[in-house]
Amino acid sequence: MLFTSEHDQFRQSVRQLVEGEINQKADEWEDAGIFPAHELFPKLAAIGALGLEYDPEYGGGGADHSFTVVLAEELGRADVGGVPMAIAVQTGMATPALARYGSDELKREYLAPTLTGELVCSIGVSEPGAGSDVAGIRTKARRDGDDWIINGRKMWITNGTQADWICMLVRTDGDSGYQGMSMIIVPTDSAGFSIGRKIKKMGNNSSDTAELVLDDVRVPVRNTIGEPGQGFQMQMSQFQDERLWISYMAVSGARRAIDRTKEYLQVREAFGKPLLANQYLQYKLAELVAEIDILQGFLHHTAARYVAGENVTRAATVAKLKSGRLSREVADACVQFHGGMGYAEEMWVARYFRDCRLGSIGGGADEVMLRIITMMEDMGKPQ
Amino acid sequence: MKIAVCVKQVPDTWAEKKLRSDDSTLDREAADGVMNELDEYAVEEALKLQEAHGGEITIITMGPERAGETVRKALSMGADAAVHLVDDSLHGSDALATSYALATILTGRDFDLVFFGSESTDARMSVVPAMVAERLGVAQLTFAQKVDVDGTSVTIQRVTDYGFETVVANMPAVVSVVEKINEPRYPSFKGIMAAKKKPVETLSTVDAGLEGSQLGLAAAWTVVEDFAARPPKAAGTIVTDEGDGGVKLAEFLATQKFI
Repeated sequence: MLFTSEHDQFRQSVRQLVEGEINQKADEWEDAGIFPAHELFPKLAAIGALGLEYDPEYGGGGADHSFTVVLAEELGRADVGGVPMAIAVQTGMATPALARYGSDELKREYLAPTLTGELVCSIGVSEPGAGSDVAGIRTKARRDGDDWIINGRKMWITNGTQADWICMLVRTDGDSGYQGMSMIIVPTDSAGFSIGRKIKKMGNNSSDTAELVLDDVRVPVRNTIGEPGQGFQMQMSQFQDERLWISYMAVSGARRAIDRTKEYLQVREAFGKPLLANQYLQYKLAELVAEIDILQGFLHHTAARYVAGENVTRAATVAKLKSGRLSREVADACVQFHGGMGYAEEMWVARYFRDCRLGSIGGGADEVMLRIITMMEDMGKPQ
Repeated sequence: MKIAVCVKQVPDTWAEKKLRSDDSTLDREAADGVMNELDEYAVEEALKLQEAHGGEITIITMGPERAGETVRKALSMGADAAVHLVDDSLHGSDALATSYALATILTGRDFDLVFFGSESTDARMSVVPAMVAERLGVAQLTFAQKVDVDGTSVTIQRVTDYGFETVVANMPAVVSVVEKINEPRYPSFKGIMAAKKKPVETLSTVDAGLEGSQLGLAAAWTVVEDFAARPPKAAGTIVTDEGDGGVKLAEFLATQKFI
């Protein structure tokens, strides 16, 4: 992928914003277990970061996907994983389907104010009984005249306690399988909508994660994105963006973690010389850098294919699998090489170790990525 | 309202700065170049005035070709046009020569306000804004933490050691700003793309009508005779508290002339 001087300038802008608006407050937000999305998102919107690829008609930038790569890579370098994840949900996970398939009316009402940061959104797919197995969702929407009446529960909802609307996948027909699902915009101020609980997590603590309860929630049928019954397909397409986003952030985050570890090993002395002079540590880091280089090259190649309009489902799946695993390996090495300091909360390493663990779970677990690759390789459906 | 903002590309604030061994000038290749931080506040203030009063903002810089990156950044923040003075003969120019070059470019360009950052992070003299004002024969309002424009006059709050002074002048005038004045915006995606199409006038010293004898290292009124690398960090003094720690600490601070 060819990055131009405009990409470099945008990268610089995002980097400054991350440093000034996110890193400076990361500790406070981690302690609070939430960050103020309605305050932060308009700042991101001001540099065009919330709607890069979307139609300028609705406030988007009209950019191609290569600028999303720059944005995600810079967010991935932040001192904290939760806030970039929440931003990724707003711009790369909960809005692609609305932008691609939503009606003009729906885009004006929900997409446009989301791209300015006025509204905060979430993606509602997982449930207490179904996560990576999307076909297992049970939340139901029953038609009543011009309304849907929705009942069920949604789980692991990022931005869940502060979202204004949820891009929600629900069952509108039948009880199981891939058919009969629809994607509906559910405003969180609807009667019958409530936050069941805020979930305490192992990492990404600055991002609020909620379980949502829908008890006879009535929303207009015109809030349906695209055609009823097409929800599963739309979510699969939306997953592609989500998995690429996760991969871009993971790889740049791993690269920064290696750089910071090198800096530490350069100043930390043991047995009369800097730790970095130890050949075992040098080679181990070199191995990881080589893995990062390969994956980053693969991602840039994939992004270029995406820009050219090719189907990159397989590449997004492979990248998501490998980037999640590589981050875990990098994080483990960083903790180990920092010794006691790597285990202390006062250094960045422990947080990185906890935050990046999600990479192999969120957006479809590693095992689901393997399942998709297995099917693409004509090995049959795993039992 | 017509506003000019003079900006300078400087070595990255956090990079280690070096002098060249051949002519004792700043080694600009040794570190990444960035827009002088205080100049970002100057650009921001100009943009705010433009949003309130309308008009046009022109960025003016002098520096090597690479300083074009700083011009682009100012344009991507929202300025309308730029003038870039680039010429090998400018190398080594001191503050007097810089003010001569900038004032010459500004003369005849019909500005209401000329903004500067109050100092650059490399030279740190804070004299160029005043020198330019003097050469242009207009009022200088320096170290502004607040700027208001009303009709034909400009009012600033000038930061002093003890608070601030309110200074009023008729326009045109030169204003230098401090970092308290605003929060500079980050260039946006749209701003960056729009900057590609904005006019940048590149001038040589001859184009600008400058006298070569007043420019460059040879014309400088200051000379670096010698320089040395910063010595390595020395071991600190450890004050052990044996019941008289406070006294010892005070004695140490007194010998270092802190108290």
